[in-house]
Amino acid sequence: MTDSSENIRVDVIAALKKILPRPVAISGATHIVQDLGLDSLAIMNFMLEIEDRFDISIPLDRAADIATVDDLVLAIEALVKQEKA
Amino acid sequence: MSILAKFSQLQQTYDQLGALQPNPFAVTFEQILSSTEGVIDGRRTILLGTNNYLGLTMDADCIAQSVQALQQQGTGTTGSRVANGSYASHRALEQDLAKFFQRQHCMVFSTGYQANLGMLSTLVGRGDHLILDADSHASIYDGARLGHAEVIRFRHSDPDDLYKRLRRLKDTPGSKLIVVEGIYSMLGDLAPLREIAQVKREMGAYLMVDEAHSMGVLGEHGRGLAEAAGVEADVDFIVGTFSKSLGSVGGFCVADIEGFNVLRVACRPYMFTASLPPSIIASTRQALRHLEADATLRARLTNNANHLYEGLRELGLQVGPHASPIVSVALEDQALAVRFWNALLHNGLYLNLALPPATPSNKPLLRASVSAAHSRRQIDRAIQLFGEVAVQLGVLGTGSGAPIAMVA
Repeated sequence: MTDSSENIRVDVIAALKKILPRPVAISGATHIVQDLGLDSLAIMNFMLEIEDRFDISIPLDRAADIATVDDLVLAIEALVKQEKA
Repeated sequence: MSILAKFSQLQQTYDQLGALQPNPFAVTFEQILSSTEGVIDGRRTILLGTNNYLGLTMDADCIAQSVQALQQQGTGTTGSRVANGSYASHRALEQDLAKFFQRQHCMVFSTGYQANLGMLSTLVGRGDHLILDADSHASIYDGARLGHAEVIRFRHSDPDDLYKRLRRLKDTPGSKLIVVEGIYSMLGDLAPLREIAQVKREMGAYLMVDEAHSMGVLGEHGRGLAEAAGVEADVDFIVGTFSKSLGSVGGFCVADIEGFNVLRVACRPYMFTASLPPSIIASTRQALRHLEADATLRARLTNNANHLYEGLRELGLQVGPHASPIVSVALEDQALAVRFWNALLHNGLYLNLALPPATPSNKPLLRASVSAAHSRRQIDRAIQLFGEVAVQLGVLGTGSGAPIAMVA
């Protein structure tokens, strides 16, 4: 993981903590759906927030491959790079 | 482990709903008495959840046309239009619809679902971009999944968010297709189409509007939200259905784009399915003639819709943001919504129960769809029953009467 991915991970975890009703320990290996018990609507709104935060759009086919926090971090990193390119 | 084991949680949810018979997702009408009345469990019931906006399912002319076609042309076409040929009436209906929408081209599909499945999976391909409203109907999402374009979502009915997403795609090659609905089927809210069309013009994209719930409902001539908002020139593709205002089954797409007809040999949900039976085509054509000729249908529908919306709002129930033929009441939790729905049904009023995640806010909805054929007495009875049940279940007295939030 690079420095930028570490920063992205911090932001993603902070954003997740904001929408969870109770404080939960979240790491890069946390499964966003399975471990956090978010419903599909909460996930969708969370993704829209993340997209705004990083000024990217995460295509649905890529979102489907995202399970853990780190999967999301990698996807964001790739899209941010693509955006800058 | 059974192949169906993955559905165990869904099965459990479904079974819970069934505890208070009948299960809201397994209602059977034993008899249809008119376009607004049926018999359920031996009870005469007002039908307020059938999307039968113009009440044309039992129209004598539509039935007569259908019967004649059935007798003269048979029960089915037994094949697809591409492989097995079109009937003259398929072409005639396409011409009727193109003329009605003042467009060059029309393609008819066997269901509205397939119209979206077909158009979305075919118009955009690999390297293209689909930009969907986040609250889009399942047929739009499924069409997006069937194709190979990159799919992104914008916040429901939010032109600024749409703008942002198009801006991010600005230097990305490939065609961009924005998809919105005229009236959204859960809350009955209208897309801000004028603003969306402006974003489309500014950013350069194609625009498709699904007028499934707004054809025959909105616009001076009933052409839907694009007509009502005065932006038909900005809308490149209109899709719609025959199973609502036109009272039958089937779907369509109209457009002016040059070369449209190549889609007939590229669009798999059009090519690899049986075409509509001639009896369906015949009643649909007649229903379209009624829709065009009789503006009083739309006026009655609007009156009824406003009456129900205002009546429920005045009771203090949480209704959607716009008065439209879809009038939804949001309740706090699922158990309450199921009890409410059952109490209405036992008192002779049928409407739809919609549960999260199929609902836009995280709340369950009692969803009514109004018809031009409803009498004032039927609508009044519905309002009265809503009021009585709401008091019985303790919903009223605590409700704020505020509109349902469109975004959770």
